[in-house]
Amino acid sequence: MRVPLSWLKEYVDIVLPVPELAERMTLAGLEVESTKRIGAEWGRDKIVVGEIVEVRPHPNADRLTIAVVDHGASEPEAVVTGAANIKIGDHGQKVAFARTGARLIDGYSEERRYVKLKPTKIRGVRSAGMVCSEKELGLSDEHEGILILDDDAPVGVPLQDYLGDTVLDIDLTPNLGRCLSIIGVAREVAALTGQPLKLPEPTMKAGGAPIAGQIELEIADPDLCSRYSAALIKGVKVGPSPLWMQQRLRAAGMRSINNIVDITNYVMLEWGQPLHAFDYDRLRGRGDGDNPVIIVRRARPGERITTLDGVERQLESEMLLITDGGGPVAIAGVMGGLETEIGLSATNVLLESANFNNLNNRRTSELLKLPSEASLRFGRGLPPETTVIAARRASEYMRQLAGGVIADGIADAYPVKPAAKTIALAAAEAERLLGIKLSRQRIVEILESLGFTCEPGKRAAPIHVTVPYYRLDVEIAADLVEEVARIYGYDEIPDTLLRDELPPQRRNLALEGEQRVRALLVGSGLAEVITYSLTNLQSVAKLDPTQEAVDAANYIRLANPLTSEREYMRRTLMNSLLETLRDNLRFNDRVDIFEIARVYLPQPDQELPDEPRRLGIAMSGPRHDAHWTGASDETLDFYDLKGVVETLLDRLRVGDCTFAPTEHPTFQNGRAATVSVGGTEIGVLGEVHPLVRENFDLPEQRVCLLEIDLEALLAQVPSVYYYQAVSRFPAAVRDLALIVEESVPAVQVRDAMAKAGGKLLQKVELFDVYRGEQIPPGKKSLAYTLTYQAVDRTLTDEEVNRLQTRLQKKLERELGAQLRA
Amino acid sequence: MLDQLNGLEKTALDELHSLASMEALEAWRLAYLGRKGSLTSVLRSLGKLPPEQRPAAGRETNRVKLALEQAYGEQAAALKREQTLRQLSQEQIDVTLPGRPVEPGYLHVSTQTLCEIYAIFAAMGFQVVETPEVETDNNNFQLLNIPPYHPARDMWSTFHTTREGVLLRTHTSPGQIRVMRQYCPEPIRVILPGKCYRYEQVTARHESMFYQVEGLAVGRHVTMGDLKGVLTHFARQMFGANRKVRFRCSYFPFTEPSAEMDMDCIICGGKGCRVCEHTGWLEILGSGMVHPQVLKNGGYDPAVYSGFAFGMGPERIAMLKHGIEHIRYFFANDLRFLQQFA
Ligand SMILES: [Zn+2]
Repeated sequence: MRVPLSWLKEYVDIVLPVPELAERMTLAGLEVESTKRIGAEWGRDKIVVGEIVEVRPHPNADRLTIAVVDHGASEPEAVVTGAANIKIGDHGQKVAFARTGARLIDGYSEERRYVKLKPTKIRGVRSAGMVCSEKELGLSDEHEGILILDDDAPVGVPLQDYLGDTVLDIDLTPNLGRCLSIIGVAREVAALTGQPLKLPEPTMKAGGAPIAGQIELEIADPDLCSRYSAALIKGVKVGPSPLWMQQRLRAAGMRSINNIVDITNYVMLEWGQPLHAFDYDRLRGRGDGDNPVIIVRRARPGERITTLDGVERQLESEMLLITDGGGPVAIAGVMGGLETEIGLSATNVLLESANFNNLNNRRTSELLKLPSEASLRFGRGLPPETTVIAARRASEYMRQLAGGVIADGIADAYPVKPAAKTIALAAAEAERLLGIKLSRQRIVEILESLGFTCEPGKRAAPIHVTVPYYRLDVEIAADLVEEVARIYGYDEIPDTLLRDELPPQRRNLALEGEQRVRALLVGSGLAEVITYSLTNLQSVAKLDPTQEAVDAANYIRLANPLTSEREYMRRTLMNSLLETLRDNLRFNDRVDIFEIARVYLPQPDQELPDEPRRLGIAMSGPRHDAHWTGASDETLDFYDLKGVVETLLDRLRVGDCTFAPTEHPTFQNGRAATVSVGGTEIGVLGEVHPLVRENFDLPEQRVCLLEIDLEALLAQVPSVYYYQAVSRFPAAVRDLALIVEESVPAVQVRDAMAKAGGKLLQKVELFDVYRGEQIPPGKKSLAYTLTYQAVDRTLTDEEVNRLQTRLQKKLERELGAQLRA
Repeated sequence: MLDQLNGLEKTALDELHSLASMEALEAWRLAYLGRKGSLTSVLRSLGKLPPEQRPAAGRETNRVKLALEQAYGEQAAALKREQTLRQLSQEQIDVTLPGRPVEPGYLHVSTQTLCEIYAIFAAMGFQVVETPEVETDNNNFQLLNIPPYHPARDMWSTFHTTREGVLLRTHTSPGQIRVMRQYCPEPIRVILPGKCYRYEQVTARHESMFYQVEGLAVGRHVTMGDLKGVLTHFARQMFGANRKVRFRCSYFPFTEPSAEMDMDCIICGGKGCRVCEHTGWLEILGSGMVHPQVLKNGGYDPAVYSGFAFGMGPERIAMLKHGIEHIRYFFANDLRFLQQFA
């Protein structure tokens, strides 16, 4: 809402400097976003009000004239102009006169470019000064003719004093519908600065026949229209409105159209009540020869209307219409119909001033995508009380500014006048919610400054507060407490720290687990990323070269995506991680990233999806960064990723972790594994299949990828675990190299060793895998270091040899393992 | 015999003192003290001496042996010292060459900011609770006093799903309802962090996905003074002890009274700059006393209980703390950006 200060001053005295006023308003909830000064750049002695005393022809040019302008100096100035709106013989017009040296906007330039006015010769005639257009003054883009001021403009006065203004641009929260009017803002300013409010008297001078016999009103759907008031103004002459009105409309952000439209807009800005003007002569009665009728009702199936903008619109049943005897003439509070529009030749105006249900109005304007100044106000909610005030106010202006004759009285359909709201406010309630003691008297004072009426009552009795009609937003005691607090000043409430009982403190194990995983992965050298939860199925499909498309039915899908790139709630982190990896490999040789995030899994029997957390890891690049101490050309592979996972699982102390080979379309065959913990499969890891790599435009190098179900993993993390005694006795270390079939996985050999070695076998470390010379084809050699140790004694050589032999035999028996010579 | 021994001793010692390498020293040891060395052969020849000469010759031989051994030891130590010094002088390095890089990982800046927020509020008894991102219209709006087509819906541009009444939460506030329903009638102090979504084109300050941290305190004696105290404390813990804050009246359908907390601009110190839009103040968070109807929706009797709630954006906080001018950096995941917060 833009509020010209000059306009605001009509209803309340401004006693504070503008910046201070703006701050007070901001703190009280009317956030002043900016303060703009109109005419600030007009030099006070350079641009003044002038009066044209004579217009003569230019001796050398037909299109130019010479205007002689009295500008308050001892001599009038003759200036050359090409303005289309003054002609030879004119005199008496008030204009904006720029003296030599004035800074003006170049009227012929596309952009806003300032130029300094210098005396020149135009087609042989000297011209020192200029009569200005709106564009040259920076008021609008109008440059066809010059700006003609109202007749009462005082000659020689700085234009800044006459036309200059300060405009407050206020960002209004949705509850501040009442401040979508100058008077609404004035009420707030009055309360905030302790000044009285001066409201204009809505008097209207009727001169015509009673309206009663000339229009019939019917509200068929009073649930959507609580009041419909109308005035009739006959014999109006459509034309331009006076400059002062145009000027105010423009300062408030509206364009001037003609006097009738301008008046409806002006009164809407003043009181907040939208008005609509119908061409009375085009309204039809119920039957031939009957008086015109207005019926407010819901649309009927299949009904259509062509609105002011020339678009034919299909209506639906919950839309509220203004109809006459023949059909729809307006969509209530949204847009008028083309048929009954006030054209240039219209003479009789039926002025609508009505109250429509705000939610229904919002719905209609949203569905039709027709936002307007009117529906903005209806949508926020308006009091029915203002309809008649606004109708009278606008009628009077139409009488004064458009030469109309007002029919006697206001037609007014007002089925149920709502009772004034009263709220009981215990003085202690303010203290309970605000934490500050306020006297009953202070509370009453504040509320009354805002227009509430209070019956203070005595001692402990609550204050009975009657809510003024224009405060639709106030319904309960807490609303009154806010009113008291914001006028009192939030900053006056002393800061305290909760003295209330401390609630039971509970650990959030899910979050703690997640944080632990994060810390472990960071410790393993991975960087955390956060990618979008929304994805597209083309990207997901890239993960599986064996299938054409992804089944959309498994996904939460947006009804209104911003882009098709982000239309579905993801079920995997893999594609986002590969995309992030690819983007980063452009600038980094090696990228190791992880993400912990939710996936969204719709469930058949639930309204909302499950949102389990997943952990994803992606790694690619050289194992060692290039460095002057010597580079290695090894790249990260499966075992680097597996090492990260093993460390993670080890540190989380989840027992019984197994990796099993798997086939998965995203991964290269034979280089992928599932990972299971405690017998539950929790995820998959491997090297990305070259085709998938290609799908994601990844470089031709190994890319390691993992995704696991974090919930399943964390479920396996024990809350207690036991330490192992540290032996004081020396350990015996034995190496053992075995030859086994290629098909025997290493894990089987290790497990068999662990089993055969028993408690005394403390550690089994694989230190070499060998194929080639001395090893028969189809076999491999695995070399281990075995560490034997007891907690309570030194093991003898004999004992260790016996264990080693037993282990060896067992491996031979179970796995066909041969001792390598 | 004795002359021979003395001659041997002298020659051996002379030789020894001229030795310059460990290898030569070892050769010397073998030549004189080794099993086939000169001294050993002298010892062996002792048996050929007449018995009366043997003791004296034996003593002398032993003396020479000990003398040679001692000299050997000293020479060995001297050589070793020399060798070490030589070696050390060869091992000098250019200490200005770069070290071998260690590549620790790091957390995303949003996660770090969230953790800071958790820590500050944990100290005041606020615990972290997480609630769903895909929400019902009922929880996200209606139970927070925002019926369909309510003007306040304009405050949140919403992503709707294809399922009627199911949407992506536009704020963490639906968590208030969930937490109250879970813990009623216990007093509550929680913060509710998580991802939120808005149907908004990306601008410098707005993203379609972002984090929010909601706070909620409910009890029998929770006041607006507490709200101000707790949030002022938070701002000073987060941004510095001398920060000024102000609370101005605002509007959220689910709080009454509502307040916006501003902090003096950390860039210009309140003088006005581009970041604070020349106001000298930065919006930090929205807050208010929980609306009686919302308390009721959560199961609490508003005549007995009161509470406050607030909501803030960790990305905004990180942007202010680190001078990040565009929110799009956060989820673009360019490691050259993220690494700066390692
Ligand atoms: Zn600043």
